[in-house]
Order: sequence, then structure tokens, then C-alpha cells
Amino acid sequence: MALDSSDKPRTFKVVGTRPLRPDGIDKVTGRARFGADIVAPGMLVGRVLRSPHAHARIVKIDTSKARALSGVKAVVTRADFGAVPDSVADVIDNCMAGDKALYDGHAVAAVAASSAAVARKALRLIEVEYEVLAHVSDVDAAMKPDAPVLHRGRQEESVPEGYSQNVMSRVEFGHGDIDKGLAEADRVVERTYRTGATHQGYIEPHACLATMGPDGQADLWCCTQGHYMVRNTCAAILGMEQGQLRVTASEIGGGFGGKTTVFLEPVALLLSKLSGRPVKMVMSRSEVLRATGPTSSSSIDVKIGMTKDGRITAGFAQLRYQGGAYPGSPVDMGSMSAFAPYDLENVKTVGFDVVTNRPKAAAYRAPGAPMAAFAVESAVDELAKGFGLDPLEVRLKNAAREGTVASYGPTFPAIGLEATLEAARAHPHWTAPLGENQGRGVACGFWFNFGGDTCVTLNVTPDGTVTVSEGNPDIGGSRASMTMMAAEELGIPYTQVRTIIADTGSLGQNEVTDGSRVTFAVGLATIEAARNAKREMCKRAAMVWGIDEEAVEWVDGAARPAGPNAGKHDPMTLKEIAAIASNTGGPIAGHYEVNAEGAGVSFGTHMVDVEVDPDTGAPKILRYTVFQDAGKAVHPAYVEGQFQGGAVQGIGWALNEEYIYGEDGVLQNAGFLDYRIPVASDLPMIDTVILEIANPGHPYGVRGVGETPIVPPLAAIANAVSAAAGVRMTDLPMSPPRILAAIQGQKGG
Amino acid sequence: MRYEAPNSVEAAVDLLAATEGAYVLAGGTDLLVKLRAEMLEPDLVVDIKRIAGMKDITAENGGWRIGAAVSGAEMGEHAGLLRDWPGVVEAVGLIGSTQVQGRATLAGNLCNASPAADSVPAMVAANATLRIVGPKGSRDVAVIDVPASPGKTTLAPGEFIASVFLPAKPEHGGDAYLRFIPRTEMDIAVVGCGVSLVLDGAGKVSAARVSLGAVGPKVMLVEAGAEALIGRAPKGDALEDLAAVCSAAATPIDDKRGTVDFRRHVAGVLARRATEIAAIRAKGETA
Amino acid sequence: MSQIHVTTSINGDATEFLCEAEDTLLDVLRDRLGMTGSKEGCGTGDCGACSVTVDGRLVCSCLMLGAEAEGREVTTIEGMATGDQLHPLQQKFIEMAALQCGICTPGILVAAKSLLEKNPDPTEEEVRYWLAGNLCRCTGYDKIIRAVMETAADLRRAS
Repeated sequence: MALDSSDKPRTFKVVGTRPLRPDGIDKVTGRARFGADIVAPGMLVGRVLRSPHAHARIVKIDTSKARALSGVKAVVTRADFGAVPDSVADVIDNCMAGDKALYDGHAVAAVAASSAAVARKALRLIEVEYEVLAHVSDVDAAMKPDAPVLHRGRQEESVPEGYSQNVMSRVEFGHGDIDKGLAEADRVVERTYRTGATHQGYIEPHACLATMGPDGQADLWCCTQGHYMVRNTCAAILGMEQGQLRVTASEIGGGFGGKTTVFLEPVALLLSKLSGRPVKMVMSRSEVLRATGPTSSSSIDVKIGMTKDGRITAGFAQLRYQGGAYPGSPVDMGSMSAFAPYDLENVKTVGFDVVTNRPKAAAYRAPGAPMAAFAVESAVDELAKGFGLDPLEVRLKNAAREGTVASYGPTFPAIGLEATLEAARAHPHWTAPLGENQGRGVACGFWFNFGGDTCVTLNVTPDGTVTVSEGNPDIGGSRASMTMMAAEELGIPYTQVRTIIADTGSLGQNEVTDGSRVTFAVGLATIEAARNAKREMCKRAAMVWGIDEEAVEWVDGAARPAGPNAGKHDPMTLKEIAAIASNTGGPIAGHYEVNAEGAGVSFGTHMVDVEVDPDTGAPKILRYTVFQDAGKAVHPAYVEGQFQGGAVQGIGWALNEEYIYGEDGVLQNAGFLDYRIPVASDLPMIDTVILEIANPGHPYGVRGVGETPIVPPLAAIANAVSAAAGVRMTDLPMSPPRILAAIQGQKGG
Repeated sequence: MRYEAPNSVEAAVDLLAATEGAYVLAGGTDLLVKLRAEMLEPDLVVDIKRIAGMKDITAENGGWRIGAAVSGAEMGEHAGLLRDWPGVVEAVGLIGSTQVQGRATLAGNLCNASPAADSVPAMVAANATLRIVGPKGSRDVAVIDVPASPGKTTLAPGEFIASVFLPAKPEHGGDAYLRFIPRTEMDIAVVGCGVSLVLDGAGKVSAARVSLGAVGPKVMLVEAGAEALIGRAPKGDALEDLAAVCSAAATPIDDKRGTVDFRRHVAGVLARRATEIAAIRAKGETA
Repeated sequence: MSQIHVTTSINGDATEFLCEAEDTLLDVLRDRLGMTGSKEGCGTGDCGACSVTVDGRLVCSCLMLGAEAEGREVTTIEGMATGDQLHPLQQKFIEMAALQCGICTPGILVAAKSLLEKNPDPTEEEVRYWLAGNLCRCTGYDKIIRAVMETAADLRRAS
């Protein structure tokens, strides 16, 4: 079969339009089934007992009274899990504490009971003897040699001497000579920036329902960003074969990276195994905040040199991220992304991964990048303003472009940073007048975007409609996007394709829905699966026509003879070929399995106007515009939605959200009352400008768009607040007390 | 836990008096949060919403009697209350979301005894009184006398608030309540300030009550704030003096919602701003 | 511990249920009546995902006891469409991509419907403040606010 040539610019029929999403009606009527909506006959209620201490040795757990309570069907502690492979040792320790409770909220035991009331009562009957230990919550404090130590003997060799064992590893990236570059600068800005720990804040708490029989076969339903990951992780923890555990992803009520690991799932499976009954577990909001992964808090030193005409001569950053109780903060990605928007001769970043007595950090939308961008983009802004230069022009002057050797190693292919900066410069927002106490800020951001293991199976039904099975939970409309790409490729209407998220028994391995990979990688696999189906359908038409299959091409939803030598045959539509499939060789399907590469990085530029009340320090977001390269926007409404949602999460991070710990190491704001995510009345409309610089690694040019939008806001807002308040803000969140203190400090000084 | 929904005040009092660990349920927007967090484990919850009068707003002696179960949303829809005591209505309207407004009550906000309760400084500024019923009959007390300390009131066992009385609005009087929160909605007050004042023919303040919330263990009536205003036009130096005495009167703490310095400063800022609004209203203009 | 018998109306249907005194209306809807359209995002009245109306008044069903529903009229997201006819807000939310993950959507729709019944011509600011108790973490609210405003405009034109 002769496929469409990919050399000429493609005209899309479905991609780029805005059809109704296939899961829309279920979600507006309340029919959609999320994690907590799944039930099974005879199910028990599972509940977790959690440590009230930030750091404590677990001397003894006595569960006998709980076990004796009527209605209690199973109780588990860490001892019940036995030994696990090293690859999941930290994961199970985070799900159920071993020798030590490492943070306030760390699970120490769990029960399965006939009702929530009995489960609650049972938890109170479990007696845990703790030996409370000194704790440390702050990243800089945790690095000091005399800090309380969480884990002994796990520090990597990359860490120089003189640091606490809490410093788990050190990474370094860059090229050139920083000292030489700084010597060439007309001015050097050197500052320390700090960001608070924020939570993904998905509205749906973690939930799952597990059943496991005595034969070792198990089923699990849960809200997750990756049910294949859940299967593999749980199987490893419980010593099961992966094929014996089938995991089905429910609808997912937000994840943003926070549902890329397991918390309840292995516990529910073990409780089910021990009780012989289905066990459902649902977290409360307070459990979500205390015990699931927030992002790292950070402390970052930046040193940047610039000439008076705006050329950056050197960029250095040392990044210190605490990732909670176990190694694995995203400091590596912060270190790699910090200077990614710049074409620099001399650049170096050093990152330290530090453990503290806080819940283990989980991925949060572009993990590690927003804090790094906050630090670098604040310093660049300060330098530009110090020279009286236009901050957009300075960024354009130094912008990474095709051929730039990125600070983290690779050489960029075609990228869209300059396009976003030029669009920003040309936008009316940039020149709109500002009033008193108002300031405007801009900042750039970058995300790598991922590919990874992906499977798609596309089936042609006997009546000529098409079903697509993919293995990635749909967190923002991806079923619509897959449906669109399948329809586009097959040349049939959007309404004749339906996409489902298959369980782990139905497809091969699929990487988690993360790294902004789904529209890119699953889209690519969907297109290739459709191409395989088209190839098969061309073959069937060739068989009917009695010509060579190479002489058949697929155009506009039908097989057609290709060229004058193929003979004269009426085109055979997909429907017609489907109808005779049984007689031409059997059912028709296309499938594609790949470790997708070529994801294509994504850049964005954000512009924001803020007003600061000089009497109270209260900031108000007046206007916000996002400019970002999407490669190709498959469903533009959902691309805009990603831009808007990411920007607003960034607004929360910049202004109000943070984990607040008391002296006792206990989380003080484990609820939506005082963990303050933005509400509707805090915000203006979020304007968006989609740029499309095709990604050469995708058949339609698609780039992931989900994560980049949270990278620029922290710095863009800090730059705007600093301009409005007349004082440079270096610590997030920029809460009103912090802004007011800075204003008053400025006056006093 | 038992749930009872008596039809009369007497039956409610009997139930409350007879059971230790009994709690009154009106709007429930604080009580249910505490139940959920297992901070409270009542033996009995007495729902007073089915008692006659509890959901009524009635005119009385030129003022308004507001039943203990009247919700914030119902107050916000009442033209008479809005006309006479807009500051009190706005204060109760600031409590929680639209959904919370559908249930939350003045009496509940008071009995929850949070120092940051929004409606309480406004009621104190308005010189509101409460009708408290209990085993010994009924008594009327000033709002300021009910909060004892964070989470504690001066109500005796078996007693509950049956209604709130807002007195007749003085001629050329106006009130206002402002609070500071980090977001625009859904937060607990970091500082709250209620002001009620009366203007004389010359535009000078002839009477005033200034109250502060969230800057001490309970709501405070700032007498020095009233003194700073009385006899002066509510502008310029008078407002600066008011701000200074309010900042000085505040005795806040550092916590997850704000710092001592911030709260002290903002207490003064809000007092100034609330006074300006109250003065506009006292002149019969809208603010 | 004897259960409480409650007779009420849910989405116009006469309904009876038994509940514990401490069960919230949300517990009853989800766990006893199988109506899982109302969601629990917080259990403390801070997120609005459990929004319902009781006697026409918008409330969080997590902040009300099931026993309090005696003799009341409760409406939930399940009662919003009429047969196979979506409510205009439901239709507009799909058309304008006013949802991403969809967990907050039932509560927002119930709240928005309640707003438009009270105020058919709300300003953007009024919509934003009315919905301030409905947290959405995906959308940044932009498309939600636009969908509510457009539906209001459509309904005004139609009436």
C-alpha cells in the first residue's frame, strides 16, 4: 500500500477541530465511575492507621484487640508483607512503615471491616508503641552534618564530604567555563530563592477496590495514572506473577503526577487476600495531603552574568530539593531544565537530592522544573530590568533555537521558544497600559516531554465502525484525541470511532500517563495501528479486485486503485471492506506496540499583570496570557485547557499554596481550607495563544502540552509582583504577609 | 450517637439538659466537620430546625429578631436586614461558600467560638443581643459576653441560642464589616473588623462601636477605636488615629494564616476602610 | 444502635432509607442509595463536589446529616437531565470543554443551575463568586465560567 506522503504539509480534516468528547455525557450526568464509585458484592471497608509523629521508631504494634472486634476481617502491618525486591522496597515502606515512621501521616497498620464505623473503631484499638526521634523538615537544615538522619548507609558516592547522610545524591550538568563567563559580564546577579512544597491537589482522593482469591488471581480497580504500573508494582510487592493481577483503571479525578505510584493498592490486595472478601479503600482529604506525594520544596542559589546589551555570559545554579522521606526528588530534572530556554556558552547546574521527614514527593506536572525556572527567570528579569532592557528582547537575544546545545546535553531540533516570545511581543497584552500598584511579568518555561512503552489495538467491527483500545488513563480528554487521530488516519467520521481504556489483561505494557506523553506516544501508536489496519484493508480490496496489494491506496476512508495501471475499480469504503471481512480472511484489526521516541520538547512564555494592595500586601491577578508551542493541537479546546489549568496551578504555587509544618513536624494544613488552591473568584480569564511548530518525531507533528504550562507562572508572577510592589520577591508562596513585610522592609531600609 | 429533631424549645432544652455530650445542630457547617474529623463524639445531636420560629426573621421594636436556624443565604435575601444592617449581612455572607451559606447561621458561628468568626465582630459592632433558652428559662445577653476562649462559650449546660436580636438601626447610622483573607473566598479571616457608627448633622461621629476578630483569643470591642472617632469627621487624621489604636489593641499570634506583625498592621487598615464604608452608609449612600 | 428511618424526596421520587445518625446525606446518597454522581472531595465543605439542593437551597451534602432529609426535597446531579434530554448547562459544558477530569463537574453543574434559577443574568464576577466553593484543579475555571455565562445567555434568549 502506498501511504500518504509525510513530506508535504498535511491538510487535516478531523485533527484541529473541536468535537464533543466521548466521555462527556457520563461526566455531566454523574454516571462516570471514578475510583470511589466502584462497588462489589460483599465488600469490606479498608482503613489505614497513620503515625502522628514526624519521625519515630516503631517499637511494637499490638493488633490483638482490633482483631478481636466483631466485624473486623483482617488487620495488616508491615510484617504481613514479608520481604520484597529492592526495586519496590521504598514503595512498600511508604505504603506501610517498617522499622520507622518517617513522617506525620505515614501508614503503620490497616484494617478491613464490615463497615466504616467498625473500621474506625478497630483503628483505635491498635496499640502502637513509638520511640519518638528528632525530625527535620527543611531542606537546608536536613543537609547540615548534625541533622537528624532518616536513612543510614544509603548516600551515593556522588555526594562530597561534609553533608548529612540525608543528602542522597548529587547531579551536575552543563558546559563551558562559568568563571570565564562571569568575568565577561557587566553585571552578575547572585541570589537565593526558595519555594514551598505544593500538592497536586486533585479533587478525587485515592481509591481502590481489590479482590484476591486463594488461587492467587486478583482484580483491582483504582484511580491511577498508570494501571500497568500499579499491576507491576503490586505484583512485585506481593510476590505475584503480573499476569495473575488484572488492574482496571476507573475514571480518574485528576492526577497531575500524584497518581503515578501506589499508596493503598498493595494494602487493599493483601487485606482482600487475608479476609477472602473484596476490600474497598478510599482516602480522606486529610490522608491525601498528609500521606500522598506533594512536590519538593526547594532552596536554589543562582548566579547569572549579563552584558549591558543583554547577552547572558554565564549561568550557574545550585539546586537543593527535599523529596520527603525517600530518595528521588526531581532535582535532576530541575537541574536539567533550569537553563533550557537559553543558548549559553557557559552553563552549569548542580543538584542535591535530600530526604526529610515529610511524605515522599511524587511527580507534580513537569516535576522539578517550575522551581528551577522560578529561580533562573527571576534572576534574568532582575538583570534585564537593571539594565533597562526589555525582558522579552533579552530572552529573544539568548533564546535556545534549532541547533542550540542544551545545558543538559542534547542539541535541539526545531523548537518553538522564539515563536512564543515573538507572539508574546506582538500580543496586545504586552503593550496594554498598567495602573498604579500594578506590574507585568514574563517568564519562559520548558519541559522535556516523554514517550515510552505504548500499545494500541484498533479493531474494525463488522459494521465498519472502529474501536480503539489504549492503555493510558484519560486525564484530560485523551480519548477524544485518540478518536480524532484514528478517524483522521482512516478517513472516517469522528463519530464512527470509539476509544476505550483497556485493562491490563488486554494490551501489552504501557508506560504511565505522565511526561505529557499520551497525545504524542499513544497518538503515534494509534496512527500506526490505523495504518496497519489500512494496509490490511488495502490487501482485502486487492484480493477482491484481483490486483497486487501494492497497487491499492487508501484515500478518504476507502481503498482505491493506485494509478492507471491498477485497473478501473470503484473505491471500496471501510464499511464495505468490513462487511466482507469474514469472507476475505477474517476480522480486521491494526495494532502497534512501541517504545516511542522523538517526543519533542515544548516551550512556553507566560505574561501576567498583577496588582498589589500596598496596605495589605494582597496580590490580585488582573490578566494572564499563555503562549506555547503545541507542535500540532489535536483538539485545541483541550490544549487550551492544559494551558489554562497549568497556569492556574502555577498561580496557586506562586501565591498561596504550601505545606505548613509546625515545630513538631506535624502538617498543620491538611485540608482544602488552609491548603489554599485557587478558587474561581481569585482569577481572571486565562488567555491562550497556541503556536504550532511541528515535532518531527510525530506523524502529525504533535508535542505534549500538559506540563510546560506550570513551568513559567512562578517566575512570571514573581516578576509581576516584584514590579508592582517595588521589591524583589524571592520566596514562594508570595503570601500577603510576605509581600507586606517585603514592602515595609523596603520602606524601612 | 442519637439524632433528635424536637418540635419545641422545651423539648430541645430537656434533651440537651438530660444528656451529657449533647450538641445543638442548626446549620451544622462546623459541627459536621468536627464529627468527620472525630474531634467530637456526641451522644446526642439535637436538630433545632423543626422548632417553630427558628427559621424566622421578624420585626421587633424597630429591629430584627433572627431565629437561630436562619441561614446566611436567607439573611442575604431579606430586604429589611440588608437595609438596616448591611455590615452584619455581609459578615455572615462571608462565611464559607454559597453552599455553606445555604446552612450556616449567626448562632452557630458564635457558638463555634472561633476567634476568627466573621459574623461575631459585626454583631458586636451592631450591639446585637441573644436570647438564650435553657433549663432555667430564657435570658438575653450581649453577643460580646458569649465567647469565652477559643472553642468555649459562656453558655451553661442545657442552654442554646434561640435567636439573635439586631436593635433598631439608629438614624444616620451605618455599619460595615471587612476581613482579610489570602484568597478572595473560602478562607478563615486572618483579621476581621466590624464598625458601626452614627453621624450627627455636621457629619461628625456621635456614636461608634469598633470590633476586631482573629487578633486575640476572642472577639474584642475596641473602646479606644470608638473614642478615636467620636466627635470627629470619619476621615483623615481620625482614621489614622483609629488605625493606630486598633493595631495597638490587637494581640494576635503567629499561625498558619498570618503573622503577628501582619495582623496588627492589617487590623488598622481594615478599621480605617470599614469606617469609611460605614460612614457612607450612615449618610444614606450605598457602599 | 438503631437506625433512623427517613422518608424524603430525591429528584422528585419518593424515597425511604435507613441510616445511622452520623451518616451524612452524601454517605446516604452514595453508599445507601447508589447515587454516586455526588462526589466526596474533602468531606469538610471546602470543595463543593457533593453539591445538592435541599428544598431548593444549594448545600454541601457532606455537611448535612442524612436524617435531616426527612420530609425535604433533595435534588442531585442524577436529576438534572430530563430523560435523554441534557440540561442546557450539561450540553454546554461538553460543547465548550468545560471539564477535563470531570470529578468536580457534577457539583459545579448543580451549583451553576442553582445560580441561574436565582439570577438568570449574572456577571462574570457573580458567577465566579457563586462558584468559589466549587474547586476545580484541571481547568483554571476559564471554560467553566464561559460555559455558565453562555448558557445563561442562551436561556435568556429562549425565554
